[in-house]
Amino acid sequence: MSVFDGLRFRKVYSPIHNLDPRIKFGYVIAIFVVAIIFYQVIPLLVLFFMQIPFVLLARVQRQWLRSLRGAAFLATFIFVVNVATTYFTSGYHLTAFNVENAAAMTLRFVVLVESFSVFFLTTSPDHLGLALEESRVPYEFAFAFTTAVRFVPVLAEEAQTIMDAQKARGLELEKGGLLKRIRNYVPVLIPLIVSAIRRSLELAEAMESRAWGATKKRTNLYLLRLHKGDFGLLAITVGILVVAVYIHFFVHIPTIASLF
Amino acid sequence: MIEAQDIRYSYPNKVEALKGVSLTIKDGEFVAIMGQNGAGKSTLVKHFNGLLKPSQGKVLVDGVQTTKSSVAALARNVGFVFQNPDHQLFSETVEEEIAFALKNFGFQPEVIEQRVTWALNLLSLTQYRKTSPFLLSGGERKRVALASVLAWDPKTLILDEPTIGQDHEQKEKLRQFIMQMQTQKKTVVTVTHDVEFVAECNPRVVLMKEGKIVADGEGKEILTDPALLELSSIVLPQIAQVFTKLAPLGFPKDIIDLYEAKQIILKAKESRNLK
Repeated sequence: MSVFDGLRFRKVYSPIHNLDPRIKFGYVIAIFVVAIIFYQVIPLLVLFFMQIPFVLLARVQRQWLRSLRGAAFLATFIFVVNVATTYFTSGYHLTAFNVENAAAMTLRFVVLVESFSVFFLTTSPDHLGLALEESRVPYEFAFAFTTAVRFVPVLAEEAQTIMDAQKARGLELEKGGLLKRIRNYVPVLIPLIVSAIRRSLELAEAMESRAWGATKKRTNLYLLRLHKGDFGLLAITVGILVVAVYIHFFVHIPTIASLF
Repeated sequence: MIEAQDIRYSYPNKVEALKGVSLTIKDGEFVAIMGQNGAGKSTLVKHFNGLLKPSQGKVLVDGVQTTKSSVAALARNVGFVFQNPDHQLFSETVEEEIAFALKNFGFQPEVIEQRVTWALNLLSLTQYRKTSPFLLSGGERKRVALASVLAWDPKTLILDEPTIGQDHEQKEKLRQFIMQMQTQKKTVVTVTHDVEFVAECNPRVVLMKEGKIVADGEGKEILTDPALLELSSIVLPQIAQVFTKLAPLGFPKDIIDLYEAKQIILKAKESRNLK
């Protein structure tokens, strides 16, 4: 469950936490786009290191490292698959360029994970819902989204309890071949899904009894306002995009192999 | 026999749930573990079938250290019924649900058939044999969960909050069932908040608070000690409350059993010529 840990919000106050979620999300999307534009190792490495000041400023380095550790398995997988496919498709031949390419793919994934992780670690579900609402997303959808995010840790905990209950009935999750292992999770997944559905029905009843959707036009206790820092981040975001597009079209990016 | 030797346990989030607990449960004993929420009761019993392994100290189940055995191997002798049946029901029929553990433990098909029939009968679920467990009521689901553990006839049974959501009739059945287990020399450990239920069963009571055992003794002794119970946010059983109030009139204080209470009152009536 360590990947989820990297997405779990904890209440801390820092300049990053106070930023407007819409701008922050814009920033994450910008990083996302830039990571897609480039397929070379050097710019992706730059992107990777660019996030670190944010993490330190938000003081979430521990959780952030944990989410990276959680992504390590998938990252290794991506690297291995990339190297293996080029190796087999190019007639059992591997160049430094191929390896670098695979590394770039992996780095792209890591950059995506790290930027999303920073976003979720520093944005409370409430803020997120508010941001969606103020971006004209219908309240029902915004609410469904924030509820889903909020229930992730609850479900993770429930999954643990269910695993314990089934282990107590002699289920060995780690036993057997790959297929058997996947099948072993059926007794965990069914109760988890059933209880999630049951929980959602209960939640719906509880909300309706508290007059959910009684008025068409809802008001909010907290409103999002843009501050100085938000404009700063907006400027940084635009700057990154402009520089990235410029470099992409007008600058030749050397591969690491060609530097030596 | 289950022996916990000075065990400590911290959850991954660094919360220390057990702060040095030593407890020996002999074969055939009936123990109720009580205490307020977060006292460490569930954490403690999860050590008895190896679901949790102590951070320090050791737990021995019939002489085997839990760290040296798998949960599946320990579960063969220590059955654990979870509080919420919905955390374990997943099969299409009640019958398959009960057979699940038996298959995991590698019983022969004929034996499975026989055990399932036996367990269904024991908990009066025979009529639901081919029903989906999801269509049953809360109390019935709880019984299916219990049957699915009893089916492999474990030597020790751990019940986490067995009385929650059960009506009086079901509680009474559960009590009789535990008594029946006792006559078969089975060990029963229950975690519960239900002070009236404990008073009716009168087991050995282990009282926990903040990850430690604060009292351990006969139910009659512990459930009639107001100071001790207040420490653990438990109220006295109703009969004990009555007798505490009657104490100035010369009645004994340590009464939790309805039958015993009736006898004392009848005797008092005779001797004082009350109507």
